[in-house]
Amino acid sequence: MNDKLSFSKGIRDGIPICLGYLSVSFTYGMQATSGGLPVWAAVLISMTNLTSAGQVAGTGLLLQGASYLEIMITTFVINIRYMLMSLSLSQKIDSQMKLPERLGVSFGITDEIFAVAIQQKQNITANYLTGLILTPYFGWTLGTFLGGAVTGILPVALRSALGIAIYGMFIAIVIPPAKESKPILITVLLAVGISCLFRWTPYLSRLSSGWVIIICAVAASAFAAWKFPVDADAQEQEGAE
Amino acid sequence: MELNIGRILFATFLMALVTYLPRMLPIVAFQRKIKNRFVKSFLAYVPYAVLAAMTFPEILYVTSSVISAVVGLGAALLLSYWKRGLLTVALGATAAVLVTEWCLRLVG
Repeated sequence: MNDKLSFSKGIRDGIPICLGYLSVSFTYGMQATSGGLPVWAAVLISMTNLTSAGQVAGTGLLLQGASYLEIMITTFVINIRYMLMSLSLSQKIDSQMKLPERLGVSFGITDEIFAVAIQQKQNITANYLTGLILTPYFGWTLGTFLGGAVTGILPVALRSALGIAIYGMFIAIVIPPAKESKPILITVLLAVGISCLFRWTPYLSRLSSGWVIIICAVAASAFAAWKFPVDADAQEQEGAE
Repeated sequence: MELNIGRILFATFLMALVTYLPRMLPIVAFQRKIKNRFVKSFLAYVPYAVLAAMTFPEILYVTSSVISAVVGLGAALLLSYWKRGLLTVALGATAAVLVTEWCLRLVG
């Protein structure tokens, strides 16, 4: 059965993602614990959330003492993108896939896992997706633990420098598509512009970062969607990157 | 607000919930594609807008000096413009910050 995507192929395809996640979650673990969160809590958040941007923002707000509503809305808005990926995947998965399997594999839809899954030629099976999720999940959890555990023993200079790592990763996700697509570039510039406005304008700067992210994202994306509506095919290609 | 176990657990639960729902609902509910062009377009642009807003200007304040942050930002922009992988860009920016802060200590 060469043409069916197996569990073991999923495990193997997940290895590169796992390696990438190790370092990113290491940074997350460090950031969370140096901000005052216990190691077990950082690991628990990683194991139950399995997402980068959303849990970084959520953890930051938790540490700042933000309200539950703010934590929830911010995390949700950041994760809205998963609806798009989940939607794309729903067209690609085995139509035989049962409801419990759908409920299970949807937990592991991340940017990278989605990107690898959607590139497969055949219909995606539940077994394949499970394997593809397990390896990165292991890396994400282990990295968080290691990062959280070593915070205390890393020199201050290195900790300061590593603070930029996760933002470097965000830049690496944003820049290549922005380079290729003018609408994405405009979306990015608009979001950055609004974000700066809120940071550096008196009175506006009192608004917490969670709400600022929501306002930036909704305003910039709505403007781009209005000015540059995407067609279905182009959108799938974007999602696959 | 105090950072007690109850608050940590409840916030973790809420974050997990709102992370899981957008992943789960479409794959379970939508068998056909969303027709509304505006909604589709909006969802396509959201990740870029979110990441951009989260990164800037916040990135300028995450290291011990704005100067080293600017150098790190420059390194990240350049590396990602050359389409280097996520890990390379993240570590490249970190290295740039380390070197800059080391130089700043020598000077000042």
